[in-house]
Amino acid sequence: MKTGARTLIEALQRDGVDTIFGYPGGSVLPIYDELYDSSIRHILVRHEQAAAHAADGYARASGRVGVCLATSGPGACNLVTGIATAYMDSVPIVAFTGQVPTGMLGNDAFQESDITGITMPVTKHNYLVKDADDLDRVVQEAFYIARTGRPGPVLIDLPKDVTNGPAKGGGASPGKVTLRGYQPTYEGHVRQIDRALDLIVESERPLIYAGGGVVHSGASAELLRFAEATAIPVTTTLMGLGAVPGDHPLCLGMLGMHGTQTANYAVTGCDLLIAIGARFDDRVTGKIETFAPNAAVIHIDIDPAEIGKNKFVDVPIVGDVKAVLQTLLQRMQRRGDTADWVARINAWKAQYPLHYQTDDRLRPQYIIEELSRLLDGEGVIASEVGQNQMWTALYYCFKKPRTWITSGGLGTMGYGFPAAIGAHFARPDLPVVDIAGDGSFQMNIQELGTVAHYRIPVKVVILNNMYLGMVRQWQELFYDRRYSYTELPPVEFVRIAEAYGVEGITVDEKDDVREALETALATDGPFVLDFRIEREENVFPMVPAGAAINEMIGVHRE
Amino acid sequence: MKPHTLSVLVENRAGVLSRVAGMFSRRGFNIESLAVGTCEEPDMSRITIVVNGDDTVVEQVMKQTNKLIDVIKVSDLTERESVERELALIKVAAEPGTSRAEILQIADIFRAQVVDVGTKTLVLQVAGDTEKIDALEKLLRQYGIKELVRTGKIAILRGSKTVKSSK
Repeated sequence: MKTGARTLIEALQRDGVDTIFGYPGGSVLPIYDELYDSSIRHILVRHEQAAAHAADGYARASGRVGVCLATSGPGACNLVTGIATAYMDSVPIVAFTGQVPTGMLGNDAFQESDITGITMPVTKHNYLVKDADDLDRVVQEAFYIARTGRPGPVLIDLPKDVTNGPAKGGGASPGKVTLRGYQPTYEGHVRQIDRALDLIVESERPLIYAGGGVVHSGASAELLRFAEATAIPVTTTLMGLGAVPGDHPLCLGMLGMHGTQTANYAVTGCDLLIAIGARFDDRVTGKIETFAPNAAVIHIDIDPAEIGKNKFVDVPIVGDVKAVLQTLLQRMQRRGDTADWVARINAWKAQYPLHYQTDDRLRPQYIIEELSRLLDGEGVIASEVGQNQMWTALYYCFKKPRTWITSGGLGTMGYGFPAAIGAHFARPDLPVVDIAGDGSFQMNIQELGTVAHYRIPVKVVILNNMYLGMVRQWQELFYDRRYSYTELPPVEFVRIAEAYGVEGITVDEKDDVREALETALATDGPFVLDFRIEREENVFPMVPAGAAINEMIGVHRE
Repeated sequence: MKPHTLSVLVENRAGVLSRVAGMFSRRGFNIESLAVGTCEEPDMSRITIVVNGDDTVVEQVMKQTNKLIDVIKVSDLTERESVERELALIKVAAEPGTSRAEILQIADIFRAQVVDVGTKTLVLQVAGDTEKIDALEKLLRQYGIKELVRTGKIAILRGSKTVKSSK
């Protein structure tokens, strides 16, 4: 008899799944029994949240669907933050959860939770499989839904009798998935594309605003060709970093709340904004009424619901970013003249570079710049959330897509370390570094157990300021320095790492930064670097909440 | 801000209504009325939703509803030629010998049917658009409405046009 669990494993193999991040428990025992001698590699994490983040990191670094597995009840509930993180950033993962047997559903059985109900708002779609014969089809649909259109997480809840009992399917040849309620648009409307091209030629001060959709779509090469062919400068969102090389002459870096002065001035001054795979998030736009106030807007996105959601759009183009950019390039006949505009932007770049105090103190920006110089774009960088994330976004030069793994939409502290673990399995050929704060790192610090267990060579760079730094920064600037519950007592991270069997170094001096980074990168296994940084260093530039994005603080005067 | 009537064709599966309703509440869209039932296709259901909002809001509502995998088609019937109906059951106080005759007269004018006669009450059944039912309710209030049950609005296009799966 072929069980549901067997069918599931066969379906996963057919979909090309090579790695699962998970944590066992009572209601997934049949699945774990099949995994025991399966060719699929299972990585045992130390908390289910980390399994979801690792699947997410794997997906972001590889472009393939990440997979995680947890038991019913608490196991499933622990996945929720990870699923919500993936949902907000449109990351394709499939989460499998065990469930109590179908006969006990709704009875408040031991370790029962209504996980399909709980995750409905944070999944692209989810399933409760009540009939084992549906399992094969559901797995196929889930992977199809997760990776196509606007990607996102899908959850499949599996009652124990479904995985334990007999099930049909699981054969070698997948059927074709057809869903009459789900048919994404991939090709942009040609008339809209021609209208966009007219606007592009006519505009004097065009600007490309590129988001995570460019990375998801695998459209970096097309974006670069388009920007170069039209000589239009590019600013990217947090999620779009790496979509164009950070050191490219047309790249202005990130825009928004912690955007570069040049990028934010360019948005405010442009007469045409070309939004590509971006969603006008409040952290990007600041006060929406004053965002790109003089610009016509072209918006290219695969999700029609994003178009016109936050900002009026003159030319909407619904489609896959890659396909639309290809059509734009094919149909382009003339190009506008952006020389004056590019000159103005270059003057801003020269006048308003990122800056921090260059003294002999240990400052986080310096650490990240050194790491950037050492890796030269040849590595995967994950981050936690807060100051560590923003300093990395500003001071690390991302040169390729899928080398930047960060929780943008949900802003999940504790994301980076497990996501870095996932990224390693996607890109074992590259060094993987998690840039953390002392607060964030402690939110999933137990994953030191995982990296030690499998000798996963993830390097953790802790920018340790003994504060919840970003919240402290807001308290300093807007709450009269009343540091309410943001100070953290000192922690000896290296000793904790050592207790798990992971090497580490504490660094107090600027002069030791380079050597410490080199040592960590040269080590075969995992490594923890505890940098005791300048405690009250701030992230600048900064747009205060509710202000226009050209009203920055902590910047060069105009 | 005006009410829009949306006809939503969905897969006839467990949990679909909760997906639609959950998305509405999560995104802060106001449902004024909702009616769900089977339809001409055995494996589909039709949900009629009346939602309040300006054109931008209603556009978002439709796009977000369409994004749900189990939603097959969403149509706004508001600006189109359509027939809209609600059904109400009204239990009105009617002691014998008092106002029964008047109530029956009103019922007759509204083409409401008496579906239950008790010693102290009458139950009227009335179908019509929202305004008609509101008007009847208002008239009956003076006699004392003991209980009122209203369905959500359902709507259908006039003529040969239909809201069908194009897929």
